[in-house]
Amino acid sequence: MESAPSRHADSTAADDPATEGQTPFSRPLFPPQSAVRNRIDRLGELFISAVAFVVIAIIFLIFIYVAREAAPLAWRTIDGISIWSPLQTPYTWQPVGGVPKFNILPLIVGTLKVTLIAMLLATPLALAAALYTAEFAPPSLREWIKPAVEVLAGIPSVVIGFFVLIVLASWLQDAFGFQFRLNALSAGIGLAFAVIPLIYTVSEDALTSVPKLYREASLALGASKPQTAVRVVLPAASPGIFAALVLGFGRAIGETMIVLLASGNASMLSLSPFVPVRTLSATIASELGEVVFGGGHYRVLFLIGVVLFLITSLLNWIGARYNRRLRQRLSGAA
Amino acid sequence: MKDHPNATIQVTGGGSGTGIAALVNGTTQICQSSRPMKDEEKASVKQQRKADVSEIPVAVDALAVYLNKQNRVDHMTMEQVRRIFQGEITNWKDVGGPNANIVLYGRENNSGTYVFFKEHVLANGDFAEKYQPLGGTAAVINAVVKDVNGIGYGGIGYATDLKAISIAKDAASEPVAPTMENALSNKYPLSRFLYWYTASAPAGTIKDLVDWVLGPQGQNTVKDVGFYPLKGDAQTQ
Repeated sequence: MESAPSRHADSTAADDPATEGQTPFSRPLFPPQSAVRNRIDRLGELFISAVAFVVIAIIFLIFIYVAREAAPLAWRTIDGISIWSPLQTPYTWQPVGGVPKFNILPLIVGTLKVTLIAMLLATPLALAAALYTAEFAPPSLREWIKPAVEVLAGIPSVVIGFFVLIVLASWLQDAFGFQFRLNALSAGIGLAFAVIPLIYTVSEDALTSVPKLYREASLALGASKPQTAVRVVLPAASPGIFAALVLGFGRAIGETMIVLLASGNASMLSLSPFVPVRTLSATIASELGEVVFGGGHYRVLFLIGVVLFLITSLLNWIGARYNRRLRQRLSGAA
Repeated sequence: MKDHPNATIQVTGGGSGTGIAALVNGTTQICQSSRPMKDEEKASVKQQRKADVSEIPVAVDALAVYLNKQNRVDHMTMEQVRRIFQGEITNWKDVGGPNANIVLYGRENNSGTYVFFKEHVLANGDFAEKYQPLGGTAAVINAVVKDVNGIGYGGIGYATDLKAISIAKDAASEPVAPTMENALSNKYPLSRFLYWYTASAPAGTIKDLVDWVLGPQGQNTVKDVGFYPLKGDAQTQ
């Protein structure tokens, strides 16, 4: 069957192929429209597209501004800093001092490390919780769990960060005897708190929007309830779940306050999850307030902003591509 | 403030560099700093504001090296402190403590205290890779209070619930405790002035403020908040 790309980005498996092309109403839903109504409609449409373009323009302009502040590094050296400084050895970030060092590799590795830890913790928890509420929980319980998790999404990240800094980091150190009280793991756990509700909510929506028909067909063929949930509903909702993971990743990689407070901020180049870590976003947050406006250090911080923006855009792009392929494969199989 | 009902003071934090940057940009009339302004900074004030900076020392501070109360080390030489923060000494047993790894805490690089420490203790060398910069002195204190093996630094005015160790200039000299007398007599190796800066000679309300801080009332306040008055107890009552 030819699968036209769905216009509704978030209606995962909702466009049921069986009903496609049929008109559910035998007579027109709306009476023939007058010229005035037509004009109002057109105006409304224009307004909505204008709003959409404003949003895109804002994002684009933010990127232009950030890139413009970093750009002078590309053609001249400012305060002894060039566009290559962030790649020069040693692998150290010590921007203030006799011989400033601007290598951003420890920051990139640190950012990816914390994000990965957060995703590894958050994904199984959030997905299992979503699957439970969507497939197994009795309706009364479901109505209670979902808002409760969504309250978690409303906790300001500074509160999560502060909690990790003051309470959780000590618990972890006492329990596991870490040499460093604040480390990538403690920051990753804090980040997971922020990411879990996001992944949970979006993937739960994806799971519940899988047509009931699928479940009924599976059960009718003799599959048990867990088999149906894991082998039928989960794959059918996979594009939506994948979108949830991409969103969660984006949130985790850009999150600033939690890592600023809970990671220890030492710019160590290491793959161990038990040492302190300094992220790109935390570096911008803690240093931008100090730097001389227009100086080399200032420009490098904006360059970091560009790098962060490019990393997230690249991941989103890969995510979107993969998601499209996933959708095509699913609708092809159906 | 009662004497000057028409004056408003708006205070913004962030560290010495933040204040100096604000003075350069002209977004503040007066800024405080825990380190002397660099020559380049004075030059950029002159360039941007068309006026000479005036530097007003307002108080004396001792930069303390903090340890956890449970740590049995109570003095070190400047050289030992430097080697610890540069990562050359990594175990407490090398400075007379227990056999445990040293965990380094300190300020972020937007802090005058960071720059002062880097210049005066590390002789402008780099901090160790494992050095953990935190957002403020309160965060450093909190970290060292919670970490038995921690070491940090900051103004003496903040040191509560932890130990501010005595420091010797070199191996041959006696360790000196961070007290007011030692800071004022310059015996304590890590004493420093705290400054106010204005973009030109203070005038009007700013001059009233400067006169106040240098007068007995202001200097008493300096003492109340944990720093040392410029002339010791002689000036305050």
